[in-house]
Formats: sequence, structure tokens, C-alpha cells
Amino acid sequence: MTELDRLPQTEPAPSGVAVFNIQRCSIHDGPGIRTTVFIKGCPLRCDWCHNPESLDGSPEVAINKRQCTSCGACIEACPESNGDRPARGPDWDDGNCRRCGACAEVCPGEARELIGEARAVAELVAEIERDRPFFDASGGGVTFSGGEPLCYPTFLTGCLEACRERGLHTAVDTSGFASKKVVRDISRLADVLLYDIKHMDSEVHKKHTGVDNQPILDNLRTLSDENATVWIRFPLIPGFNDGDDNLDAMASFVGGLPNGYPIFVLPYHPTGIDKHRRLGKRPPDVDYRSPSDDDLVAVVERLRSHGLEVHTGGAYE
Amino acid sequence: MNDRVRQLRRESLDAVPSVSIERALLLTEFYRENEGRWPAPLMRAHAFHHLCTRKGLYLGEGELVVGERGPAPKATPTYPEITIHSAEDLEILSSRPLTNYHVDAADISRYADEVIPYWQGRTLRDRCLEALPEEWHEAYEAGVFTEFMEQRAPGHTVADGKIYRKGLVDFRAEIAAAIDALGDDPSPESRARREQLEAMDVAADAAIVYARRHADLAREKAVDEADPQRRAELERIAEVCERVPAHAPRDFHEALQAYWFYHLGVITELNGWDAFNPGHLDQHLGPFYDQGLADGSLTRERAKELLGCFFVKFNNHPAPPKVGVTAAESGTYTDFANINIGGLTREGEDAVNEVSYLLFEVIDEMHLLQPSNNLQLSAENPDDFLRAGLEVIRKGYGFPSVFNADAVVKELLRQGKTVEDAREGGTSGCVEAGAFGKEAYILTGYFNLPKLLELTLYNGVDPRTGKQLGLRTGEAADFETFDELHDAWRAQVDHFVEIKHRGNAIWERAYAESAQAPFLSIITDDCIASGRDYNAGGARYNTSYIQGVGIGSLTDSFSAIKHHVFDDGRWTLAELNEALAVDFEGHEALHKTLVNRTPKYGNDDDRADEIMVRCFETFFEAVDGRPNGRGGNYHIDMLPTTCHVYFGSVIGAMPDGRRAATPLSEGISPVQGADRKGPTAVFKSAAKMDHLRTGGTLLNQKFTPQILEGRPGIDLLVGLVRGYFGMDSHHVQFNVVRADTLRKAQLDPDSHRDLIVRVAGYSDYFCDISRELQDEIIERTEHEGF
Repeated sequence: MTELDRLPQTEPAPSGVAVFNIQRCSIHDGPGIRTTVFIKGCPLRCDWCHNPESLDGSPEVAINKRQCTSCGACIEACPESNGDRPARGPDWDDGNCRRCGACAEVCPGEARELIGEARAVAELVAEIERDRPFFDASGGGVTFSGGEPLCYPTFLTGCLEACRERGLHTAVDTSGFASKKVVRDISRLADVLLYDIKHMDSEVHKKHTGVDNQPILDNLRTLSDENATVWIRFPLIPGFNDGDDNLDAMASFVGGLPNGYPIFVLPYHPTGIDKHRRLGKRPPDVDYRSPSDDDLVAVVERLRSHGLEVHTGGAYE
Repeated sequence: MNDRVRQLRRESLDAVPSVSIERALLLTEFYRENEGRWPAPLMRAHAFHHLCTRKGLYLGEGELVVGERGPAPKATPTYPEITIHSAEDLEILSSRPLTNYHVDAADISRYADEVIPYWQGRTLRDRCLEALPEEWHEAYEAGVFTEFMEQRAPGHTVADGKIYRKGLVDFRAEIAAAIDALGDDPSPESRARREQLEAMDVAADAAIVYARRHADLAREKAVDEADPQRRAELERIAEVCERVPAHAPRDFHEALQAYWFYHLGVITELNGWDAFNPGHLDQHLGPFYDQGLADGSLTRERAKELLGCFFVKFNNHPAPPKVGVTAAESGTYTDFANINIGGLTREGEDAVNEVSYLLFEVIDEMHLLQPSNNLQLSAENPDDFLRAGLEVIRKGYGFPSVFNADAVVKELLRQGKTVEDAREGGTSGCVEAGAFGKEAYILTGYFNLPKLLELTLYNGVDPRTGKQLGLRTGEAADFETFDELHDAWRAQVDHFVEIKHRGNAIWERAYAESAQAPFLSIITDDCIASGRDYNAGGARYNTSYIQGVGIGSLTDSFSAIKHHVFDDGRWTLAELNEALAVDFEGHEALHKTLVNRTPKYGNDDDRADEIMVRCFETFFEAVDGRPNGRGGNYHIDMLPTTCHVYFGSVIGAMPDGRRAATPLSEGISPVQGADRKGPTAVFKSAAKMDHLRTGGTLLNQKFTPQILEGRPGIDLLVGLVRGYFGMDSHHVQFNVVRADTLRKAQLDPDSHRDLIVRVAGYSDYFCDISRELQDEIIERTEHEGF
């Protein structure tokens, strides 16, 4: 038994799961031109997370204060408001918010944004298919990302099966933090798994992500045993996981897998800070910086010195 | 680039554009002496002969390909028979800060004394403007449409391969045979044909004489040349100019020189739009290249050097400047000769050859404003070819633009061309499809689609002037459904297309009767066979276009009205009109809602895209199939060049949130900043238009350099282009430059003089274009990250 057992059993509501972004023309989430579907909800709490809006599994209202003109349209539209409040301005919230998004719907300046919209499988796949001409022309397809898409195995299975029926190439971008059964089942439906290794040391991993890395590494070994297609993704965060010991340990683990998997090094960018603020949350108290070009080259070379196939960025260079 | 080409390139870049009055003086002298001596076509031909026999020659140090239209590089003639520059025009040209043409003060006074008095009131432009009805003048002045032929002749055309297989001596034999075939038929038609054919014969002789004068000059220079290597080059130039264009070229060098003499002939005879154009240069040169390599007379490096010398020639020829221009209306030096690379052979096979790749290398190394160039991409062409072109595009000079060769063939087939003629065709000017060497395809003017929505909202009154300009289609407050409003707009479109069509007929007849192009007619099938001029329906295909502008702005405005007025009922049309009348002052929430909360074209949103299709169909139906005066039909193009800036300046605020007098959307691109779902959504939206029923559409995409880095960057472009073209679309061009860089260039133009950006169908020096256009280019959605 691991802390996996403590994962919330988050099966999707009948209307679907909360999708917070459908990013078209993505070229760093697998091969070719892709549509990346970002699903809300994540069991990890990585302190460098650049998508804080992905953590909570339900919709949220984000406020971009600079775009607010204090016009009051949000107050008028709010079903929870009795409309007689004098207070106006970007921070208006009476604590009764049910995250319905009525305020965002009417906000002229797009200062208010509802993050996360319930999506059913059929509707989502129809949306994905819109870029089929570009998938076909580039060898691309769809990538399910998050959050952690493996939080929703039933929904994800439905999506992957529907995509398979339509001949769409599928990738799943995962932390690997899920039960062995879920990881296995999904890997049999997806064409490729984009699989994160964040740190090799269990304690450090737990301190900075909130969870143990053991199930993640175990699941990866299982996938390799089963000849699943996997692209390993390594988010390079100077000061956290760029030490030689960690790099060597990761190289030795990956090199020891029965299948030779490529590693894609993804340089960290501090884009999550402002997003935390818009959600009215305090960013984690950490001070990470982006790796320099030299840092990046050094890491790539060190990993390659172990005989591994290493790329920079999310696709083949 | 070797030293010779580097030197020639430098000289071309340093040459100052100027106005040469030589052509005007010679032409005026000729007409004064010979007025009434010959019928019109022969007058034109003898005038051309007069020019070719007497104009000053230029043979620059180090040149291998020779000949200039004026007495020196970038010396640009005027065409007083079409339109006459006033002394003031010339002074403005010489003093304005942008796209300046130097004019000597002495030349201005000589022009005023000798040229202007003869032509004033008798130019083609003067005569047509006099003949056009009041309704045409009112619409023209209000900015409903522009007129292409008021200052420049119909041109727009492109050479095919016959000039590499035949010489002018051979064409003269064909002309003689055609004259013989007329026999002694005394009918006026037969006499008109004979005159036209005799004019072609005189024009052919003129070009031969002109080339041989260069041969003589080269021989003279050779005698005095101390350097034995240069002496040998000059002797070779003499040999080449003796040979071509009288006879078919025998090798790579002769082929380039032959084309260049035809080019000079066409642009000396008249100031036709888009200069002239070698079209499928790689296909035409391919056999000479292969043969040269096989027999050892040519190397790859030598071929590249000759191409470099050839390219400099285009750059030495800025567009002839217009009259009546103000300092603000800067125009461009680009004259739109647009080389086609790749595409299909006559048999429908992959046409890419080694010269295609050589051309990309030359374009990349030379980095010149002219000639424009484009990549013709068929499903038959290999990805390696596309990648080679994209590597150049990625560097950000805006070259080459990319065309769907398969769609171009389909467009031309729909218009009734044979499949072989369609495949030998391609694109010229900005994006215009044509059957090269066989078609006179004439752009007649831009058409301001959004202006007509403004008129519709004001019951036909132009709010700028208060004049009843259009039809009375009803007060805004009285429209009860969206369909009623759209039908009212349709009625305005039909009305003004009709006015434009009637006006075009006047210009068309004027060119047919008094501005013949006998030299261009020689090399345009079937002018010899039919005994008719290029400008009078002599070509195998005779097409006229009206170019729609602003479909993005129009769509978004209609969408805003549909969404917020007729569907949601948040505002009435009258309330919306009030906000428009005051340019949204005091209506900030409404303005933001229009901008942010309206389904917009460019997002693959069917709610908006269906409106775009409906507007497109309306314009198509109003224009397509109308007969022109040359035995052909009208079709539509969807391109603006820079006219979206001018057309925007005559329209007040619009329902899409666009502020008064700001530029419209450009080509078929979305409104600047309205596309928020990345390039694939833009391409999907644009592809919902039926490109195959146009003669060309123009789509601009801007990327920052980072997006296009490395292998993934090129892979992305390959996927985007192939995906877009797979949906039967026509064209896309990429601007690869950071908005930052452009802003810096605005602040410090002197350090950014060499910054070339894609404008619309062509590239231009960023610092040479107007401030409005600069701002507009910066604003076009920059896809930073997605």
C-alpha cells in the first residue's frame, strides 16, 4: 500500500471533466502539430508548477485586475448577489461563489475568466478533430495533459477510445502517479505516454511535489516491461534537480529499463507566479530560475554521456 | 556571393532612385514629328522603335547581364501618354521623405517646357476621367473602390517558355505568315489586324536593334579594356547580345539575357502593372543548366553568379512613380515581378530541379527587395524542396511567399483554361493566378466591402460627407432581422459593382484603342494568330478582376450585430449606431464587449466563419461571370496590397470595435488581434472560403523567430502549409520578426534601413512604409507562443 490509496476517487460527473484549456497548434507535447487538452485536477503539488490553475479539480474564477474597469457587470450577473452591494472593483466576491462563471460570461474586459469548463467525451473529441488537417500533415494528434489526466481513467479511456476510432494519434502527458492498473490500461490505448521524471530521490521528491516517487518509478518500469511507447520528460529546475547525482541516478535508472526511452529535457520557466495571483492564491515560497543555455547544454551532455537519447524541448530536434 | 555579385549588389543598394525624363522627351519628340502619320497601333510601335534606337545605354563595370530601362540603375522613366506628372508632382517626388525619387531641378523645368504642354489634356487618364460618369467619381472619391488603370497600363502578366525556344526572328516569320494569311481582304477588321501585326513586326525589330546596340557598346568597351579577363567578358556579352533576343538562346547565360531584353521591352513600351515576370524561371533554365554542366560550359558556381547578376537587374528597377501623390501616400519601390519556383510541369509532374534550389540560395544570400519570389507547392513536390524554401522564410525577409500550385491549377480550370495551360501558369504580382504567356489578366481595382456596410447602416449616406452616396436601403432602426440587414448590404454591393463595371469598360476601351502593347503582344499567345493586341482581347484568355478588401473586418462587424443585436438583444442597432457615430467615446463597456465578446473570424468559430462565407458568396455573385470588353469574364481576388489602410481611413468606427479611420483587416487575414486560437484556427477559418472560385487570396501570418527555431520550427511550418493547402487554399506568407524589433525600428529608422518585412503580397523596407502601415504590421497577431 502506498499513498496512492489516498488519491481521491475522482470519477467524472455525467457532464464530463473540467477542461481548462484546449491548446491548438502545440508543437512541444509530442510529435507533430497537436491539440493539447488540459484537464483540471492534480494529486501533486510541485512547488515550481507553472499551471496552478490545473491543481483544483473544479472550475475557478480567475481575475486579471489590470483589465477590470469596475463597470459592475459581474455583480449584476451574479446569481448569488442580491445586486445592492455598493462595493465594486476587481476583487468583488461575497464569499458565496459557486464557480458558475456567470460573471466571467459578461465581463466586457475579460478581467474575469472561468477556468475549467465541464466537457463530455463526444464534444471534446469533436473539438479535437477540428485540427485534423494539420495532424495529418505533420504526424500530430492530441495530447491529454493536466493536471493529471490519469485522475480520470474512465473519462480518459472514453476519449482515447473515441480518438482511436477516428484514427487520431494520442499522447497522454502524466506524472505517472496513479495505480499500476490505470497506467497500464491507459498505456494500451494511447499511442505514446509523455512521462515525467522529476527527481530520483524519494525524500526530495516528496518534499517538493508532495508525493513519493516510488510508484512513479515502478509504473515506468512496468510500462517498459510491456513495451509501451514512452517519451520521458525531465523538467530541468536549477537548484532542484540539476545536480550530478540526480542526473546520474536518473540516467542509470532509464538506462536500466528493458526499453530504451528518449529523454526530453524541458527547461523551467517561471510563468506560474502571476497565475497564482490571478487565482487569488499565494505562490509557493520558492525562488527558482530558468536554466541558462550553458546549464541546459551541460545537463544534456551529462545525460548523453550515459549513452541515452536526449532532446531539448518537447519534440524531436 | 562572389566578389562580382557582391559589388553589383552593393551598387544596386546604393543607387538612388530617380526620375529620368529621357523616355518622355523621346516620346514627345516622336509624337510631335509624326502625329497622324500612322494608325494607332503603328504609332505605338514606331514610338517604341524610336525609344529603342535612341535611348542612352548603360553597361556597368562587372556586369554580365546587361540593359537598363533608364540611362542608369534606378533611373525611372515616366509615361506621359498614360498620365502626366506636373512640375509640382516631380518636386514632391524629389522631396518627400518616403519612397523618394530624385529629380534634377533642370529636368523639372525642361519637363514643364517640353513634355507637359504637349500631353496635358490628351493623356489616356485625362480622357477617361472626363468620360466617366458622376456616380463613378463620387464612389471613387468616397473610397468605395480604386482604379488600377488610371496611372499604369494593364500588365500583370508573365512570360512562358516560348522565348527560350524561339527568337524574335522566328516570331517575325510567324507575324509575316499571319499577314499573308489575311490575303487582300479589304474589310476593316482585316485591315485592323494587318495594322496590329505590322505593329508587332516593328516592335520585334526595335528589340533586336536595342540588343545589338548593346553588342556594339560591349565591343567598343572591349577594345579599350586593359584587363584581359574583363575584355573576354565584354566580348562574350557582345556575342550574347548579338544572338538574343533575335534568336533562341543556346545556353544559360543567353537564356537570362534573352529574358532580360524581353523584360526591358515590355516595361519600356508601357508602364504595365507588376512590370514583367519570368514566371517559372527554374523550369525554363533547367535544360540550359543541365546541358551546361554536361558539356562542361557551366558550373554550379557560374550559374549562381549569373543568377546574382540577373537579380540585381530587377532590383535596379523601382516601380514607376505615380502622379498626384502627397508625401503621406508613400507607395513602394517594389514593382511586383514575382519569380515562381517549383510547382508542376505541363505534364503535371514535380517541376523541382537543381535551379529551384539554386534560386533559394541566391534569394537567401542576396537579400534584395526585388525580384519578389514565391514557392509553388504541389502535393507532387517533395518536402525537401519545401524545407529548403522554409529555411529562407524563417530568416524573416518575407521571401519567398508560398502558393498552392494544385489550387492554382484548379482555379484556372474553373475559369475555362486547358489543363496544360493551367499547369504552365502560376502566380504573379501579389497572389494572382494566371496562364503564363497566354492570358491578359487585369486587376481593375480594390473594392471596399466594409464601407458598404457603413453605408447600409446610414441608409446609403456616407457619414463622412453627409452625401447620399448609395442606395436607400432603409434606416438602421427598421431592420427587423439579420437577413434583412444582410440583404440591404448585398443591394449596395450589387449597386457599386455595377458602377465599377461600367467605369472599367471606359478604361478598357481606351487602352484597346490608344495604348496598344505590340511588343508584349508578340510573346502573348494568341495575339499573332488573332491579329489583336494584348490590350484588345488578343490573348488566348482575357480576364478582369475586382479585388475584395476587408472581409475580416466586415465579418466581425456583421457578427457583432448578429450576436449582440439580433440574437442576444443586448442593444438595438440604433444604439449601436450612436456609439459608432462618436467612435465609442463614453461607450467603453459596449466597446470592450464588441471587441472581446463577439464571435470573430480567424478562430475556427463557425458562428463567425459562416458569416464570412456568406459575405464572400455575395461579393462573388456580384462580380463573377460579368463580361468584360475583351471577350472574357470578371472574377474576384481577395487581396489588398496596402489598400486596407486607405480604405480604413475613409470608414468611421465599426461594430467589431474597430476605431474610426484605422486600417481594415488585410487580405483574408483576421482582424489584427482578433485571432486568439493560434495559426491552425486561422487557417481553418480562412479555408472555409472557396478559394478555388477566386483568382487569388492573400493570408498573412506573423511568427516570432523563437517559434520557428530548430527542426520543430521547420516541421511546424511544413505541417501548417501542407495542412492549409490540403484544404484547397491558395496562398500564405510568413512574417518572421519580433514586434520589439519593429518598434525599435520605428524609433531608430537609421539603424534599421535594411529591415525587410512582408507587407501584403510583397516585401518592403520597413522604414520606407507609412507609419499607419508600420503600426498595422506590428499589430497583426504575433504568434509568440501557443
